[in-house]
Amino acid sequence: MGKLPRIAWLYIGAVIAAAAVAVARGPFSGVNWAQVAALGLLLAACESTATLLSSHRSISWSPNTIPCLAAVILVGPVGAALVACCTLLGVRRGPSLAQRLFNTGMFTLSAYLAGRTFLLFGGPLGTPANNSFPAIIAPFAGAAVAFVVINFSLLRGVLLLAGGAGTQSGRVGLDFKVLLTDLGYAVFGVLIAALWRVLGPFTPVLVIIPLMVARWAVAQFAAQQRAYEATVSALCQAVETKDFYTRGHSERVSRGSVMIAREIAMRAERVEAIRYAGMLHDVGKLGVPTSVLQKTGSLTDDEYAAIQLHPMRGLDIVREIGFLDEALAGIMHHHERIDGRGYPMGLAGDEIPEFARVLAVADAFDAMTSTRSYRGARPVPEAVAELRKWAGTQFDPAFVDAFVTAIERDGWRAPEAASASADQAAAADAVPADTIADGSLSGSLASVTLLSAEVLPGDLLSDPVGDPPDELDAPTEPLRAIESI
Amino acid sequence: MAARRHEPTGFPRQVLDSGQSLLVIFAGVLLIAGVAQTAALGVRDVRTALAFGGLIAFGELLRLNLPGDREAAPIAMAGALAYALLMKVGPSAAQHGPEQVVAVAAIGMLIGALPHLAVGRPARLSAMAARLVAVACVAAVFRPLANHSLIGTAWWSELPVMLSLVVLAWLVEAVIAALIRTDLLRGRFGVTLLDELRVQLPLGAAVGASALLIAFAAEVMGLAAVAVFTVPLLVTQVALRRYTGIRATYLQTVRALARVTEIGGYVETGHSARVSKLAVSIGRELGMPEPALLELEYAALMHDIGQLSLRDPIPGGATVLVVREEQRRIAEYGAEVIQEARVLDTVADIVRRQSDPCRPAERGEEPPLSSRIIRAANAFDDLVGSSVEPSRAAAAVQRLRLDTASEYDPQVVEALSRLISRRSVLGP
Repeated sequence: MGKLPRIAWLYIGAVIAAAAVAVARGPFSGVNWAQVAALGLLLAACESTATLLSSHRSISWSPNTIPCLAAVILVGPVGAALVACCTLLGVRRGPSLAQRLFNTGMFTLSAYLAGRTFLLFGGPLGTPANNSFPAIIAPFAGAAVAFVVINFSLLRGVLLLAGGAGTQSGRVGLDFKVLLTDLGYAVFGVLIAALWRVLGPFTPVLVIIPLMVARWAVAQFAAQQRAYEATVSALCQAVETKDFYTRGHSERVSRGSVMIAREIAMRAERVEAIRYAGMLHDVGKLGVPTSVLQKTGSLTDDEYAAIQLHPMRGLDIVREIGFLDEALAGIMHHHERIDGRGYPMGLAGDEIPEFARVLAVADAFDAMTSTRSYRGARPVPEAVAELRKWAGTQFDPAFVDAFVTAIERDGWRAPEAASASADQAAAADAVPADTIADGSLSGSLASVTLLSAEVLPGDLLSDPVGDPPDELDAPTEPLRAIESI
Repeated sequence: MAARRHEPTGFPRQVLDSGQSLLVIFAGVLLIAGVAQTAALGVRDVRTALAFGGLIAFGELLRLNLPGDREAAPIAMAGALAYALLMKVGPSAAQHGPEQVVAVAAIGMLIGALPHLAVGRPARLSAMAARLVAVACVAAVFRPLANHSLIGTAWWSELPVMLSLVVLAWLVEAVIAALIRTDLLRGRFGVTLLDELRVQLPLGAAVGASALLIAFAAEVMGLAAVAVFTVPLLVTQVALRRYTGIRATYLQTVRALARVTEIGGYVETGHSARVSKLAVSIGRELGMPEPALLELEYAALMHDIGQLSLRDPIPGGATVLVVREEQRRIAEYGAEVIQEARVLDTVADIVRRQSDPCRPAERGEEPPLSSRIIRAANAFDDLVGSSVEPSRAAAAVQRLRLDTASEYDPQVVEALSRLISRRSVLGP
């Protein structure tokens, strides 16, 4: 924690002190302690489910908005602040004591001010009766907005003061989607308050069960997806052992294809599909005899025919997988050329499926920048020049441009450096944020892990973006024609 | 993502056997009795009936598959249970009888199933029947109590009754599903029931809680409660659907990629698929629970992946013919490949130990059951291949049996033998 600037410490202290003052001023008369206790327990339970936010890995989320806002209606500002204090009771691994104190202070302050807002708009305090219904909505909406905005501002403040040290989270664009999700959760707060009259303290339990199951299902999905990706990658590596020189090739083609796909703003599911298509594009090579794959001289007609068969063999293998058809078409046609002189079908121009055109660019680029039995690896700038040269005859110029733009911005990790870090990057990338977010309400902004304060699992996973490509000293040799595989 | 069927068994789907037809007939009788009695007594509170009927139809339309070829309709189930447990709608007490609950639930389900039928996805009658029976049980207990005001109006007197009925519904559905599955897959009832309860637990909890919420909230917010408390369930369902989808894709992918050894000429065509099918059947025969069966299936599919490390394929791919050291090396390499994925460590271990004899002379503990099963299934397939000749299978079993002293687990070989004799009686 020592690395934090003093100003950040002052800020944290100020937030905690303000929260303490808000609670201490009271008044405590008329606070329904049973309700405070029930909601406090609920809050502690919510806090215990906090998960790291996948887009900003140093921030975690939990549905704390629900109990805080239910408390705003049921027990008023002071009661809500007391409920929010139970953030400290959440069972969590990760955040340090200072971080938890800050989180608690942040929630307490947000809940207190939201309660004040509720009263300001004339919201009726206490367990709502049947007739209070349409009237309570407007003050509650005001309180919910106040809660979410204050929570975000406080969090943003600490990130600004503590971060900025070039880390990804320094530029937290706490996006609009996140705010909306939070407001969505706020609705459950009003539902708890509404049902309190008929269900008593059991309300929060019942309301929270379906939400917890939803979160569980999302987590299962994410875990399964990671497992899936890791397994496919491991199996692809096994296939690659047959040809020493192509080790890591599938992984890199997959990465390159995803770079292109993102650059041309493909939809998230299609990006996922092309990721797998990239990984699996060469499985058919297993049907090609090793002697042919590793041959250094020129190929006989028979050998060339055997190589030309590999996309079809690959298709044979992956056909059974419930993939997007596009991925299958991509695997089958990744050796077609824009001028129609490719294989297996000799398609030209737009006849070639989009995925195949993307894969062809990434495939050729990786082939050029990695070592083969018959030549050394070429430096990235040379390979880029080569791609540009063949754009329009062999490659789709639009995708070449997209790829070059992406490489210039994000860099390209060449084979030597790829093996270990690529795996991590793949693991980190496995579940893009938007994939999760649109499957569920992903939670309320719940805690901040102070930047550079400690290493969280999220930091270990994060992608070391921006490493300059370091293959300038790789052996150069006269350019040859683009490889056949 | 086309979530295809995940169970490896070759049983025809559309043929209802005796147990299933009994269930469907019973549900049909329930339906007719419910509708007839409702018609005779007159429908009470048509608006509420329509709202819940609509919710049930909507939920049935959105039914989803769960891992292991199960079907669920969480929203329909929550709607039907809530309708059975309804106390008040706004200020007025709900007075519908159990027969009306059955009629509304059944008609809603049928309407919701129609669009599926229209696009050529036939309804799984037994699953619908199980849901209807579960709802009918709850309604039969609760409606008389509620309509005669036998339980109080405070939440602490209503809630325990409702809670236990929701649990009852979950149990009834699980028991019925387990009975059908035991019948269909020849598993053991106890194991199947536990599997069923485990798979259904999270969704069952969400369904039960939503049903209770709808039933209680109807008092505060009227029929709007129906829409409001369906939302969390909808979110759950979306996530679960994606989970099931990726799980199915996972299995398909492993199945497909296991075939690289065939394409590469390392093993005979269809070998991995046959070994995994046989291994899962043996595992089920031996009463393995579902998660273990899934691991067994993965391991069996990938048991030969280690052969990729060989530069030249073994003639015919028959690992039973190569020396022990070579087998061990292949198994070890295969396990390394799988371990690379970092999420399948148990599977890797099963693959690693597949070449160990079941009674190890030097190494201490015996290999895991799954490894012993794969070892026997693999040897059997190497001997029999794709042949369906019963005498050849019997001879192969006989040969394995001779080696039970050291090589193969006698228990596994006996299970295999039972499977083979059953298969030859039933025909290939």
